[in-house]
Amino acid sequence: MTVADTRTSPRAPAIAGWTLIWVAAVACVAILYMLPDIAPWAVKYPSDAVIPIADWISAFMAWLKTNFTWLTRSITDVFNVPLQWAISLLAKGWKFGYGPDALTLPRLSWIGVCAAFALAGYAFGGIRLAALAAGCMIYIALFGQWDSAMLTLALIAISVPLCVIFGLLLGILAFRKPWIDRSIIQPMLDLMQTMPTFAYLIPMLLLFGNSPVSGMLATAIFAMPPMVRSTVLALKRVPHEIDDFGEMVGCTQRQKLLKVLLPSGRPTLMVGVNQVIMLALNMVIISSMIGAGGLGYDVLLALRALKIGQSMEAGLAIVALAIVLDRLSQAAARQRPSAHVPDQNFVQRYPMLTAAVAVLAGTTVLSHFVPAFASVPAAIKMSTAPWWKAVVDWVNIHFFDAIEAFRTFLLLYILNPIRDFLVGFPWLGMVLLVGLAGYRLSGARLAVIVVLMTAFCAATGLWEKSMATLYLCGVSAIVAALFGIALGIAASRSDRFAAFLMPICDTLQTLPSFCFIIPVVMLFRVGDVTAMIATVLFAIVPAIRYTNHGIRQIPESLIEAATVSGCTRRQMFWRVQLPLALPEIMLGLNQTVLLALSMIIICAMIGTRDLGQEVFIALAKADAGRGLTAGFAIAFIGIVADRLLRASTDRLQSRLGLV
Amino acid sequence: MYRYVKGVLTGGACAALLSLAGLPQAMAAPESNDPIKIALFDWTSVNLNAKILGGILTKLGYNVEYPTADYLSSLTTGLTNGDIDIGVEFWDTTAAEAMKASDATGQTERLGALGPKAKEEWWYPLYMKEKCPGLPDWKALKDPKCAEAFSTPDTAPKGRYLGGPVTWEGFDDERVEALGLPFTVVHAGTDGAMFAELDSAYQRKAPILLWIYSPHWAPAKYQGEWVQFPEYEPACYTDPKWGVNPDKKYDCGKPHGEIWKYSWKGLKDKWPGAYKVAKAYTIDVNELNKLSGQVDLDGKSIDDVAAQWINANEAKWKEWAK
Repeated sequence: MTVADTRTSPRAPAIAGWTLIWVAAVACVAILYMLPDIAPWAVKYPSDAVIPIADWISAFMAWLKTNFTWLTRSITDVFNVPLQWAISLLAKGWKFGYGPDALTLPRLSWIGVCAAFALAGYAFGGIRLAALAAGCMIYIALFGQWDSAMLTLALIAISVPLCVIFGLLLGILAFRKPWIDRSIIQPMLDLMQTMPTFAYLIPMLLLFGNSPVSGMLATAIFAMPPMVRSTVLALKRVPHEIDDFGEMVGCTQRQKLLKVLLPSGRPTLMVGVNQVIMLALNMVIISSMIGAGGLGYDVLLALRALKIGQSMEAGLAIVALAIVLDRLSQAAARQRPSAHVPDQNFVQRYPMLTAAVAVLAGTTVLSHFVPAFASVPAAIKMSTAPWWKAVVDWVNIHFFDAIEAFRTFLLLYILNPIRDFLVGFPWLGMVLLVGLAGYRLSGARLAVIVVLMTAFCAATGLWEKSMATLYLCGVSAIVAALFGIALGIAASRSDRFAAFLMPICDTLQTLPSFCFIIPVVMLFRVGDVTAMIATVLFAIVPAIRYTNHGIRQIPESLIEAATVSGCTRRQMFWRVQLPLALPEIMLGLNQTVLLALSMIIICAMIGTRDLGQEVFIALAKADAGRGLTAGFAIAFIGIVADRLLRASTDRLQSRLGLV
Repeated sequence: MYRYVKGVLTGGACAALLSLAGLPQAMAAPESNDPIKIALFDWTSVNLNAKILGGILTKLGYNVEYPTADYLSSLTTGLTNGDIDIGVEFWDTTAAEAMKASDATGQTERLGALGPKAKEEWWYPLYMKEKCPGLPDWKALKDPKCAEAFSTPDTAPKGRYLGGPVTWEGFDDERVEALGLPFTVVHAGTDGAMFAELDSAYQRKAPILLWIYSPHWAPAKYQGEWVQFPEYEPACYTDPKWGVNPDKKYDCGKPHGEIWKYSWKGLKDKWPGAYKVAKAYTIDVNELNKLSGQVDLDGKSIDDVAAQWINANEAKWKEWAK
């Protein structure tokens, strides 16, 4: 309807003008691509004009290290106190003194921890949640992952509150001072979310040392942004009436914030906390590489020895931990604060908490006398490891030829041509096209941002690797979007299919990608096909979720109206459901692209030749500048893609008359 | 804002003080009671050596911790400032440049060789000998038929050679060019990916030619042979005139080398006794392979295997501590 209107509107000539501009631009770039000799400097960035940003960053890091080590090390020491405390409590126990007559205090008993999780589940969500929480924790214990899982839990238990506190503070600051939000906080959050963690691992090691604290801080950088964003959102969403009411009863600024605004925004804030927990769990492998240990390290070690089964079990233990923490925190978010009843003592007010503390204390004391309470007895441990390995071997022996034919076809006829096309693409041409798209979609501001970011990739001498990154991410994101949207539509039509698909989505997102990378390498060899499959498996999740959600949230009344006016099933889908769900689907697509980009680093472990590899080389050489520069390039590719996609979603929405 | 920050900081500082006050003064143990940190990396033999050395030091009364770390970058980060005190395996073959960089900082110390010699070379499973009878001589690989036997559809007619990560200083692209081998070099990103391909191919008796190193569990688990290239000499990597190709460097096999132990420079003064043991610590290559096999192939835990070695070799390590 609206689309038809624009054709007859006075804007028509302008559109024709733009078509001309686009044709001209594409023609220019095509000529440049065919005949690179006219302007070689516009095709390949001249090597003597490369800006040595990497060297500058390295020099800056060295200066920081010599002058501020005292500060960063004191920060490490301060954070180390609660962290070591949590590790002792959950995983290692306390040891006073040294040598044979050292006094040791036991850690919390595993039976007690399982029971405490069950009680927490019962308190927040009734008997079903209690069963789920207990089941997951017992699974971890029986499969012999307890010690590592508790190490991981200790890290999470300290870094999540840290993220939440700092996230809240930053969010409040952003809410109070919108100009700081726009000019500093938003760009910073974008960088924190798109910059691969490996890129800042070396600076972390230099400044904060090879200790669990570095792992914790790296986790915090990655996991904090959702907290800041949801704080801002929560504060903005508080209805004006409540705000005004706070004013009327004479609250000070501080009282209004603490007693009125934050409590009213609690549900949204809890969504942020939930996201922080999930992202923190995503980081466990990375932090295990710099001194933290835990489940992530087990996955890494098992994979080095090709113990697919063991690494799968450690990976699934991470998933189990993620499910418990996710469901518990979601249930906690739904809790309504209970009314305060006077004249109750502590036990009456918090019966579950008291019970949990009692159980923990009781079992831990018992564990001093009964060894079965202290650590999981070997007799009841079990393992599915041989089974996983057998499945992979069986597929390998029976289906390799078919898989190989598929791989070769994909590589020779699809992937390699796209790669060659993109790697040879003139950098100036890309800058021009991207800038034009930015200008057309949003305006001069966006155009300048995307042009500068694209030019950064060329000016640092990373152009070919950037294009290789674009190729792998682009292809993977497209494949993930195609399959994901189709699966999402199917899930939206059938509750049973959705119920089947959602646990798989949860698993794909929390299972460390390393776990499935090695089996995929066994079947698809080292190379781009393997990288693509691993990326698609990870990036498909938001495409499924958002499509499903987008179609399901269409108001019943609209569907009824369409049925009444006589839509066929087909018309209903193409004319009503799809257009109405389009904004959500585009949002999912946006997330898919960003997730695909975040897999670049993991793919470098298979053996791709792009920015991920550059980050890895920098890591091996402990070159802070090189790693950060490549990290910035990856982040900029992500931000450019994100901004352009968002701008086109906005345009689409206004065209469809949805805003 | 300021008040919040202040609150957080004071809270942290109080917690720090409390925990310090809570610790009872330790009984007299050798030199210093601070924990000696021995790095764990992500392969079996290094962790075995770390746990054995750490176990010995524990028996001698030292307090030992095992932080996990990254192999190459630890040489120029953790070991330079005492976040890591000892690293037990740095291979000449993969970490030569990183060790040079570490030596240049002057804050680390090379504790001498661990004992086993590192060997790395192109490797193939025995069943490939039927398809390429001239092996293990490298000249057999020049035969187009032989190269074809090692090829995949995307490299054909050239053979496919699976090299290690680019960071491993392998010079395989250069080697292929200098020796005129009809092969395409594919780099794996990690050795996990490399051995995954080997395991997959070995199960199907499919062609594979790849970079393998020893000591490692792979040569023990899979039957195969090293390709025999012209023996490495330092001149081969620096002087084009050396070797079969007078115009190119790298016309030889990969260097063999030592595996080195490294320590933080302060180890010597802070824990002289532990320093002596770490410096004296060596292990026999066959023994190490056997111990690695017990972990990787028989599924025993690293801690058990290490403890068993310590109990069986008490006389040996008591000698080191003297």
